[in-house]
Amino acid sequence: MTSIAPTPVPRGLKPLLAVRDLRKSFGNREILKGISFDLMAGQTLVLIGPSGSGKTTVLRCLNHLETPDGGTIELLGEPIGGAYMGEGAKWRALPEADMARQRRKFGFVFQRFNLFPHLTALENVAIGPAKVLGLSRKEAEARAAVQLTRVSLADHMDKRPSQLSGGQQQRVAIARALAMEPRLILFDEPTSALDPELVHEVLDVMAELAREGMTMVVVTHEMSFARRVADHLIFMADGEIVEEGLPEAVFSAPREEKTQRFLAHVLNR
Amino acid sequence: MSIDWSVVQMAIPLLAEGTVMTLKIAAIAGILGLAGGVALGLISLGGLAPARWMVRAYVDFIRGTPLLIQIFIVFFGLPAMGLRLGEFWAGVIALSLNCAGYVAEVVRGTVGAVEKGQTEAAKSIGMTHGKILVYVLLPQSIRPMMPALTNDVITLLKNTSLLSVISVYELTRSGQAIIASHFAPVEIFTLLAIYYYAIISVLSWISRVIERRLPAW
Ligand SMILES: Nc1ncnc2c1ncn2[C@@H]1O[C@H](COP(=O)(O)OP(=O)(O)OP(=O)(O)O)[C@@H](O)[C@H]1O
Ligand SMILES: [Mg+2]
Repeated sequence: MTSIAPTPVPRGLKPLLAVRDLRKSFGNREILKGISFDLMAGQTLVLIGPSGSGKTTVLRCLNHLETPDGGTIELLGEPIGGAYMGEGAKWRALPEADMARQRRKFGFVFQRFNLFPHLTALENVAIGPAKVLGLSRKEAEARAAVQLTRVSLADHMDKRPSQLSGGQQQRVAIARALAMEPRLILFDEPTSALDPELVHEVLDVMAELAREGMTMVVVTHEMSFARRVADHLIFMADGEIVEEGLPEAVFSAPREEKTQRFLAHVLNR
Repeated sequence: MSIDWSVVQMAIPLLAEGTVMTLKIAAIAGILGLAGGVALGLISLGGLAPARWMVRAYVDFIRGTPLLIQIFIVFFGLPAMGLRLGEFWAGVIALSLNCAGYVAEVVRGTVGAVEKGQTEAAKSIGMTHGKILVYVLLPQSIRPMMPALTNDVITLLKNTSLLSVISVYELTRSGQAIIASHFAPVEIFTLLAIYYYAIISVLSWISRVIERRLPAW
């Protein structure tokens, strides 16, 4: 595994998210073979790679929708999901309530939106603040309205997901994540279920979030977005980081053959 | 074959008394069975492992043994435990226990069939298991549960006829009494079938009305 030197980190600054040697197998297939990276607050990391390379699994391990088999994840120095404790450093998983408390520091935006179909857009966004953070219904709805306005959906707050276009639904999902005031947001191919003409409205919202200083990890096949918005780019294949660096560098001068082949394939589509 | 219309004429009002009893049994056992079944279903969805295991065993027992045997076990078992409640309550309890087992399966199955992404989205905003169940999964399950629950209630209503074996004076039993004194089994059993069919048709209609009124999205 070779890598271009990562973006230099100012001395003394601790990363928001530190991932070390993350491993995951399904059955006896090793899907993640030791993934490590740091992410500074306010930065956008974009993960690219061929289908099946493990990008989704990385995101799902970060907020423990999937339990990793090995390695550590630290958010502001706090180990996620449990800790190595006692002699022999045995792994102790956190109780569910603590896990849930950690999980809400990660927003998650799903490929297929996963909005709650029985709730309106406003309720979809307000339910977390109300039922998880314990805000009153009025406060929660006020907060939800702010976030929906932020993603330009102020006029659609009372609609159910089924009454919204894909692009609108995905923006509701982003607002739902934002309303929990997460430390960072994980995006798993947020535009790949959308009709092509709706892709830009979601990417624009994400670019705006990045500009405002939100920390994000984005899995995407939108290479122009990666080029424009990423502070750091990671190319994965077969459960490993093959190459990483500034997007400009990776795109214009990929060092690894696997990267070259992948980029040639996706950029010439 | 000739139909004895005078027996039929005499039986129609007599059977009404049995019908009231049948409806009473079905209503009480239905409410207890639905409530118990939802509780059991929730335990099997979100309870601690030993509790889930016990519900599993209970449902297996209910589904794996004849209702008639269950009725006898309750009917003879309650007095053996010092509870003398009479045949009416023994019958109601047996039917409730039976109904609860099937309802538990419906609840578990329907809630379990809600798309996995719903649970994951709820987790991602920090919800714990209980909240996910209450705010995300159950509200989406009520409507899809209706047809199966209606079936369970209809089955319960038909099963009330089995209580005739422990001398509960419900519809079937009241028909048997007429047969014993007037010997017109074909007329009376046909009449019983018509009574049950009418009751069940009304039930199905009510269920469809309720289902239509439930919110959809
Ligand atoms: N729950 C699971 N059980 C078994 N195998 C799984 C599971 N989730 C993922 N996999 C496998 O792990 C591999 C990596 O999957 P992952 O979804 O992380 O890839 P990806 O890079 O996101 O691909 P894509 O671009 O198609 O979304 C795939 O081969 C997939 O089949
Ligand atoms: Mg994926």
